[in-house]
Amino acid sequence: MDLSYGADYEALRTAVRRFIKTHRHRAPKGAGLRSPAVLGWQRLLIENGYAARTIPRAYGGFGAKPDILASRVIAEEFAAAQLSQGIGGQGVSMLVPTLLEMGAEEQKRRFIRPTIHGEMVWCQGYSEPGAGSDLASLRTSAVLDGDDWVVNGHKIWTSTAHLADWIFCLVRTEPDAPKHRGISFLLFRMDSPGIKVQPLVDMTGAANFNEVFFTDVRVPKQQIVGARGEGWKVANAVLGHERDALGDPNPTLSRLNALISLMRTETIDGRRVIDNPVYRDRLMRLQARVMAMRCNDLRVLSARINGRDPGLARLVVKLQGAELRHELEQLGIDAMGELGLAYGDNPHLRDHGNWQSHYMFFLGLIIGGGTAQIQKNIIGERGLGLPREPKPQAPVQP
Amino acid sequence: MDFGLAEEQSLFQDSLNAYLSEKAGLERVRRIAAGEEDPQALRRELVEFGLSGLLIAERHGGVGLAPMDAALAAECLGRHVASAPFLGTSAVAPLALALAEGQEERLPRLAAGELTIGLALAEAVGARAGAGLVAKGGKLSGRSLYVLDYGADEYLAADADRRLYLVAAAALEHRPLATVDKTRAVGELIFQETPAVLLSEDPEHLRTLIDVAWVMLAADTLGAAQSMLDQAVAYAKERRQFNRPIGSFQAVKHLCAEMAAQLEPCRALVWHAAHALSEAPQEAHLAACHAKAHLAEVGAFVARTATEVHGGMGFTDLLGLHYWFKRIGFNRQALGAPELVREEAARAQNLAA
Repeated sequence: MDLSYGADYEALRTAVRRFIKTHRHRAPKGAGLRSPAVLGWQRLLIENGYAARTIPRAYGGFGAKPDILASRVIAEEFAAAQLSQGIGGQGVSMLVPTLLEMGAEEQKRRFIRPTIHGEMVWCQGYSEPGAGSDLASLRTSAVLDGDDWVVNGHKIWTSTAHLADWIFCLVRTEPDAPKHRGISFLLFRMDSPGIKVQPLVDMTGAANFNEVFFTDVRVPKQQIVGARGEGWKVANAVLGHERDALGDPNPTLSRLNALISLMRTETIDGRRVIDNPVYRDRLMRLQARVMAMRCNDLRVLSARINGRDPGLARLVVKLQGAELRHELEQLGIDAMGELGLAYGDNPHLRDHGNWQSHYMFFLGLIIGGGTAQIQKNIIGERGLGLPREPKPQAPVQP
Repeated sequence: MDFGLAEEQSLFQDSLNAYLSEKAGLERVRRIAAGEEDPQALRRELVEFGLSGLLIAERHGGVGLAPMDAALAAECLGRHVASAPFLGTSAVAPLALALAEGQEERLPRLAAGELTIGLALAEAVGARAGAGLVAKGGKLSGRSLYVLDYGADEYLAADADRRLYLVAAAALEHRPLATVDKTRAVGELIFQETPAVLLSEDPEHLRTLIDVAWVMLAADTLGAAQSMLDQAVAYAKERRQFNRPIGSFQAVKHLCAEMAAQLEPCRALVWHAAHALSEAPQEAHLAACHAKAHLAEVGAFVARTATEVHGGMGFTDLLGLHYWFKRIGFNRQALGAPELVREEAARAQNLAA
């Protein structure tokens, strides 16, 4: 066990702190996508190597060689300063790593620079009403007609589709191939004729998701990542990135600290909630689990740095992280009792009602990005080597 | 930065596990549990392995390792439900003896396995009715229930003012107590103006020793629970019903996945808590509390669930799975049930009076 970062990384930490101190007044405050403040901050971060750090310079990045620990130090300092570390979203976190791994040179040059600079906003077209956990059964089709793919179908759970310039989308191009081998990965503009976006209101009352309908949408045939029929492989390179992001324990720690503050200030019959031993015991149970997940995260990080397979320690992160967060938000609500139900414009609202909205949002995360049940299949089969469920036999004719 | 085991630590665990698999398998666990074999024999074999001197400096005949290494050993012992006293003699006593002047002469004997020290510290965590010690004129009176590593030559004991003492078994009235876990020796000590050597008057010292014991108990549970999970997974791959291995049914597979999902982060938690004992004293107490209490909860879940995966066989004596179940149950209550330990975690952060 060696928990020190070493002199080089501590020097980097000092430099990041100095940068934050000097420039934090320029950080955008609640500004929307593509606003000058957001784009300017992003440019500044990239120039200094605090965003798009390992993206090659040829594609508009900072061009540092990959260094997991350096990225971690930077992320820690921005989190500690409660400062945005630049633009996120599925374009930056999922498409760009995929293009770097599987994209054609022309695609890398065309798409990566504007994406990481926040000038090109993406959405992800994967799930369909009939293809959720069984994503590979997706039916949105693309048929080659001259120099264009013609896309028809229906996607769902498409975050930011209403704001996006482009979509990266899984479509079926080889209807006669086995389901995993008939899929291709296409990139196309969201203002193409034949696209209709319909907001999907979720249980929190927000409409961050959409349904997207495609009717004879024409896509130039070179806008495919990987070869025809290899889209499943391309997509799987991306899903791993998403699940890693869903398990970050650092926001959970901040939330635990907010919960402790809440329990120290909220009172019942004039007595602080924290002074009630039953509530306190629940808090301590959660604190132990947060500590375990933070240690687990360091273990996974170390394994990656040192070229070891993190194995089960990584496979359990999404399942455990989302569940823990959901339970933590629930204790926040329970600590407030009836006041924990306050929502919308209720004058007794605490913390902008975010205990309720997070409680629901994290239930969404238990389901999204691979349901808890799918995660358990992955842990059981890939992690523990348990046998797969046999394929159902075709029904016998009487 | 490397949050993980050094190569020599992995090798140490591999060789200890290999030794225990070969020399202290389930048949031997059964013989010791049935009283057909003296558990001290296994203890002496492990002295050869260096376990009694792990935390004792080389100049006193020990190996000079850190509490982290002791936790790794405890994990192996839990994995094999080994019936050898370890907690008192190997983990807590060397640190306790270092607190006082003039105790150094005991260290070589401890390292050589010629001296064993048990723990009469249950009352320092929570005294049950009729139990507890008072000191008067350097002598102790009262009763200590639930003494760990019973059968030792000497015991560490604490009085109501949280002072720490060493007492000779020969000066005490004592008797063994039967518990559900037959892989551990437990007893009761009766003090009647018993002469005792004062080791420390500082309650912080006592707290530190209990932290060490908590981490070792957590590590023991980690090993025992990992073994139960491994046994459940192996059984689910092999056992067939409805013409297929039961592990292919999601109902069974998901039970195994839930055990792994809860247990795997525990390994990192135990490492952190063990490492902090010597390397990050300001974090050590809270980490020890959480390791002890959290492993008690996850251990109970795994013990129950792994038994269920085995179906009716899990409930029988034939597989011997109950030795692990009971070991985990023992670790949960020993030196503080999880509720008491979590209350201490809250106090340590000024969240409880």
